[in-house]
Amino acid sequence: MIALLLRDLQLAFRAGGGFGLGLAFFLIVTVMVPFSVGPNSATLGTIAPGVLWLGALLACLLSLDRLLALDWEDGSLDLLATAPLPLEGVLAVKALAHWMTTGLPLVLAAPVLGVLLNLAPDGFAWITLSLLIGTPALSMIGTFGAALTVGLRRGGLLLSLLVMPLYVPTLIFGAEAARRGAAGFATETALLMLAGITAGTLACMPFAAAAVLRVNLR
Amino acid sequence: MSIWEYANPTKFLRTSARVMPTLWVASAVLIIGGLIWGFFFTPDDFRQGSTVKIIYLHVPAALMAINAWFMMLVASLIWVIRRHHVSALAAKAAAPVGIAMTLIALITGALWGQPMWGTWWAWDPRLTSFLVLFLFYLGYVALWEAIDNPDTAADLTSILCLVGSVFAVLSRYAVNFWNQGLHQGASLSLDAEKNVADIFAYPLWTCMTGFILLFIVLVLYRTGTEIRQRRIQALVAREKLEA
Amino acid sequence: MTLRITDLSLARGGVPVLAGLSFTLAPGRALILRGPNGVGKTTLLRTVAGLQPPLSGAIEGAEDQVAYCGHSDGLKLGLTVTENLRFWAQIFGQRDIEPALQAFALIGLHNRPAGGLSAGQKRRLALARMMVTGRRIWVLDEPTVSLDAASVALFASAVEAHLATGGAALLATHIDLGLQGDVLDLGPFKAKVPVSDGFDEVFL
Repeated sequence: MIALLLRDLQLAFRAGGGFGLGLAFFLIVTVMVPFSVGPNSATLGTIAPGVLWLGALLACLLSLDRLLALDWEDGSLDLLATAPLPLEGVLAVKALAHWMTTGLPLVLAAPVLGVLLNLAPDGFAWITLSLLIGTPALSMIGTFGAALTVGLRRGGLLLSLLVMPLYVPTLIFGAEAARRGAAGFATETALLMLAGITAGTLACMPFAAAAVLRVNLR
Repeated sequence: MSIWEYANPTKFLRTSARVMPTLWVASAVLIIGGLIWGFFFTPDDFRQGSTVKIIYLHVPAALMAINAWFMMLVASLIWVIRRHHVSALAAKAAAPVGIAMTLIALITGALWGQPMWGTWWAWDPRLTSFLVLFLFYLGYVALWEAIDNPDTAADLTSILCLVGSVFAVLSRYAVNFWNQGLHQGASLSLDAEKNVADIFAYPLWTCMTGFILLFIVLVLYRTGTEIRQRRIQALVAREKLEA
Repeated sequence: MTLRITDLSLARGGVPVLAGLSFTLAPGRALILRGPNGVGKTTLLRTVAGLQPPLSGAIEGAEDQVAYCGHSDGLKLGLTVTENLRFWAQIFGQRDIEPALQAFALIGLHNRPAGGLSAGQKRRLALARMMVTGRRIWVLDEPTVSLDAASVALFASAVEAHLATGGAALLATHIDLGLQGDVLDLGPFKAKVPVSDGFDEVFL
């Protein structure tokens, strides 16, 4: 399993691995927001937590179709399925690798981009914390979506359509926590709900993802 | 005789053909009767005037929008556990009906909301939940459409339906939580059951029963169509095998 | 560890292709599958590898014993030959990749990224992968595609060495590898039009 994780990380960092694309996308989206809503600092400050969450979610979503598709195309997925590793474990590791290469950089970049959006001083810690808790769920749910659509032509668009509704609870609680934190309200409930969703997702989704991947491999 | 006998496609087609005419007539009578009763033979609401009468379409459609998803969930479980083809096809057949019901509920809600609240749309928890449900339906149907092999499609959509149900419930709670957050509290709520007096309730019950029957007959009809389509595919495949 | 196939029926894309197939594959033996395109060789091999379930019938002795090599090489083009091979060795809980590199004449290429290899060299690497799995039964689907004569000879001797240590091999190939083994023609097992059983038959 560790070998698989290391390989996925290695592939992401090698040329053509696409590491950093999600981060660049996150930056671009954040920069585009003031262009679309106007440069008013007060407006930007109000919407900053939501924009950062939405940007992170979209950046996560965009990198999902590479998550399993590359292994599918070159046949590695067949070989992994016949390997002694449980497929559930393989997918959990793939989700972890996705999080480490996409989710974690987004978490670290969010406070920096918060400056661009005039985020309230109280908000920086909360946006970082809520993203840190929430992004693993995004990666795991996304892995399920990727496993659902892995063999399909035009899978990318369908993947977004399938995964977005599943992202709704995570987005609501995550953005809510960041928003309340930025406004100086209590964040415990939202953060606990977010953590609950992440924990439940990490516990259950590998099984769902492995089940659909087995169907797709046959 | 066990209930699973009806999972035999031939038996299913024969039985559903026998009950469908009655169901068509009954649902038509109940819906038309209920609507006429509700539109013309109930007084206007003292606050809402005659706009309240859209309730006779809105509430039954909303009811079936949720129950259709429930039915798909049960049918998906039956397919996953017992692998009866008819069950998977019934789930497939129910989805577009569910979409139609959700759309009716959303559109009638907007028509009702405009004169009442002065807006077509508000991010009220109830409205938002229906919009999210609509998105789940879209994803489900899109996945069915995207996969060629019918058994693979049935497997994948079933699991999506199970996972989706969990997340749909989560979304419902999340949305409830969200609109009591920084936003002002829900100033617009429409809790039909509570503020409906008996005189409005009887035609409403009639319409709801009519919608339930309409849903059942539509699903039976569409499942029959799906079964026949599968048969054509199977016959074509068999011809290839013989050649 | 004998592979025993009993009364196997298989479908591809929902259409039955093979029916009533039975054979055994003892240690030290190779079984070469023959038959025209579309008869179901790949489907059979994928089923034996556990990637898809059969319609009916039993497969015994395949669980955790099969190393599968399909049409695609399963290589990561960004990784070197050694890295590719070492990864699969780790996945299968093995250490030593030297013999595999040697057997397929990959020593000289060991530091090259797989993306820079020719099609035949990639194929050799994919086949070398079988040696680092430590599995007893090799299941190979058209293994010699894009191999030149010398590489085919390398492959044949690798399979022979594997058989000599008590392994077994199930191959779909049209080339005569000069292996100690039997040939099974799948043609006679082509699925007939299914008989009606009055229930779900209309869907099969």
